[in-house]
Amino acid sequence: MAASAGTLSAAPKSRRSVAPGLSIGLSTLYLSLIVLLPLAALSWRAHGWDAVSTAQGVSALKLTLGLSLVVALVNAVAGTAIAWSLVRDRFVGQGFVNALVDLPFALPTIVAGLTLLALYGPKSPVGVNAAFTRWGLLLALLFVTLPFVVRTVQPVLFELDREMEDAAASLGAGRVTTFLRIILPSILPAILSGVALAFARAVGEFGAVVLISGNLPFKTEVVSVYVFGRLESGDPGGAAAASVVILLISFGVLLAIGGLRRWVTKHDR
Amino acid sequence: MIGKYALRLFSLGYLAVLLVAPVGYVFWQTFEHGVGPAWDAVTTPDALHALKVTLILTAIAVPANTIFGVLCALAIVRHRYPGAGIVNAVVDLPLALSPVVVGLALLLLYGRGGWLGGHGIVFALPGMVLATIFVSLPFVVREVVPVLREIGTEQEQAAATLGASALQTFLRVTWPAIRYATAYGVVLTTARALGEFGAVSVVSGRLAGETESLTLYVQDRYQSFDTTGAYAAAVVLALLAMATLLLMTRLKPKEGTQ
Amino acid sequence: MIAARGIVKRFGAFTALDGVSVDVPTGSLTALLGPSGSGKSTLLRVIAGLEQPDEGQVSLDGEDVTRRPPQSRGVGFVFQHYAAFKHMTVWDNVAFGLTIRRRPRSEIKQRVSELLDLVQLSGLAKRYPAQLSGGQRQRMGLARALAVDPKVLLLDEPFGALDARVRKELRIWLRRLHDETHTTTVIVTHDQEEAMDVADRVVVMNAGRIEQTAPPRELYDHPANEFVMSFVGPVNRLGDAFIRPHDVELLLEPNGSTQEAMVQRLVHLGFEVRVELVRDDGETLSAQLTREQVEALELQHGQIVYVRPMRQTVFADAD
Repeated sequence: MAASAGTLSAAPKSRRSVAPGLSIGLSTLYLSLIVLLPLAALSWRAHGWDAVSTAQGVSALKLTLGLSLVVALVNAVAGTAIAWSLVRDRFVGQGFVNALVDLPFALPTIVAGLTLLALYGPKSPVGVNAAFTRWGLLLALLFVTLPFVVRTVQPVLFELDREMEDAAASLGAGRVTTFLRIILPSILPAILSGVALAFARAVGEFGAVVLISGNLPFKTEVVSVYVFGRLESGDPGGAAAASVVILLISFGVLLAIGGLRRWVTKHDR
Repeated sequence: MIGKYALRLFSLGYLAVLLVAPVGYVFWQTFEHGVGPAWDAVTTPDALHALKVTLILTAIAVPANTIFGVLCALAIVRHRYPGAGIVNAVVDLPLALSPVVVGLALLLLYGRGGWLGGHGIVFALPGMVLATIFVSLPFVVREVVPVLREIGTEQEQAAATLGASALQTFLRVTWPAIRYATAYGVVLTTARALGEFGAVSVVSGRLAGETESLTLYVQDRYQSFDTTGAYAAAVVLALLAMATLLLMTRLKPKEGTQ
Repeated sequence: MIAARGIVKRFGAFTALDGVSVDVPTGSLTALLGPSGSGKSTLLRVIAGLEQPDEGQVSLDGEDVTRRPPQSRGVGFVFQHYAAFKHMTVWDNVAFGLTIRRRPRSEIKQRVSELLDLVQLSGLAKRYPAQLSGGQRQRMGLARALAVDPKVLLLDEPFGALDARVRKELRIWLRRLHDETHTTTVIVTHDQEEAMDVADRVVVMNAGRIEQTAPPRELYDHPANEFVMSFVGPVNRLGDAFIRPHDVELLLEPNGSTQEAMVQRLVHLGFEVRVELVRDDGETLSAQLTREQVEALELQHGQIVYVRPMRQTVFADAD
């Protein structure tokens, strides 16, 4: 193209022809090298599918999926409650609490696990020993997934049209009815988004659980630890196979949650 | 309204039991006998080396992902090309993947027998760098994309009609609009890079004094029954995390509280 | 009937209502008219129970309801931005009040159908608010409020978010509805034309106080003070005297008490013409004439004419 640089009448397209090529090309290259290539290698080298169907593997899968669902549900409730306290309530230190919610994002997972182990483990000063138990796993997963539902619900709650609540009150609805019929349906999509994020995070968590759970096969061994174990035993193919399976399953769950979310927002289209 | 106080109590209680108490307890334990023992534990050669490794990983991953992040965001939002949707999804992948799986994928690619294997990448620093870049990749993109979408192209078009080149437009119009979002993304990237554990654990071989990051060091000390050392290193990481948290709070787009 | 006595409402340092007392006769359509910040919406919300007054009392049909929540006051409220329940269909929106009172399904079905017919939204029952126009959403809001047979209907700038033509249509429609149902209605508006068009009585408010309460005609012909006069219609001020544009007489020859002025601009507004004049002392004036009058005088830009008021008002406490 004849780029008549410097004249006002030159079409923007010709002037910007370098930038699109640069940003698209470079970013695609970067992404492929960093993300896609390793993942391709993973799926290619996945064999030894018996690693997935062993009793231990299946147990790890069931434990991980079950626990992650529980964690997601607990977060749906606790996260909404915390978001409510941050948006609709007013108390001293609210800004601090708001910042605190982001701590699990900033804190390394191994440190998170260590602190939980210190306070709720064998040397617990409050007599709670959750080490080597599923409760310990639960604690660790709740720690790292805490911010997700809070942060997805907060902005939606903030923007909520208060007049709808006034309208419901003028029509005779009490506080509980208003919450159940008006507020909850409005924040449900956000809750579901947060739940999906929390679920995905819980399924893959490693650093926070590796110390407190003790990684006891059939009892407290989650899939990420199982994969690690397969690798250490010199079965990278099996490890890859197990990874692919858990990825597909969580992908399926996320699709389901996404579908649910779309159904719940059908009134917006 | 009793409901409001009950809810507040529940929220604060939940946060206290899950977050504040454990972290506070470890701090207390660490400094129970003064700063001395903690300082000693954290300045052993292995500990210092681990800190150095962590800082090197972060110092490489963050700038790389920042430049990529801005370019990618521009590509996705401004130049709508076929495949932009896929790129958007791929960028989000690292958030959905278990770090162990990430490490495994890198191992399979760059390890002995892998397609790009045998070049001293795995079980060495380069592998750890790649792992850190992988896991901390999405943040700048995800923060910048919505801002780019929101500000729209009008200002950039105005600049073009006034004679600005692509670079000038970027520097004078686009960048000022996205710099806070970028800064916030950088802070998130840094936090993620500092805290990475699972992927580097798999990829590094965890050779103390050589390929051990500070996070791996924490695990190593704990498993060697050196709780003092583990706690002290954990506190260093926690302090770095809190500094990051402070920056996050300052730079965060304001929304969501009274 | 609605009675408010001595209502005081403050928001921090700002006093929205400064000891307001007003009576709304049963079966009337009363407008609360005033500029932004006059307190009219606040007063309406206090009557509804959506705000609690700092001082004062509200009673409905003789009963003191000041401490009662909105749920049990039996008021219907219509909001400026519709407050539609976005996740419910039009049908469910209108049925809401009845649904939560657990009325039998057949009763709900009959009542909602009736109301949707009344507001002409029958074909749209299964739609969601996002798929309706502003005017349709507001009609839904009205049907919803009427569904529970409120004793009192309160409308907070109900047509404020709609464009001019829809506003006029709904205004006429609201008046007809009121003439049929005779529900005690209070409408808040900043649009004096709307208030005069629709209401039996107008309460003019300013800065948290009531300036005057009267039927529209009396408000226009006998305003209590300068504020009311200038709010309710355009007005010229000459010294202490206030003159309506249609009370300005234009003559081609001087005649005793007339003053000299020059025609600056002729604005043809269909049947009427607004004549913008400037006097020799620089003061501007506007007169309202019919097309015929303008043609008869052969008025043109720059022409010198002589003006005098046919009628003027002076207020006793002019400051």
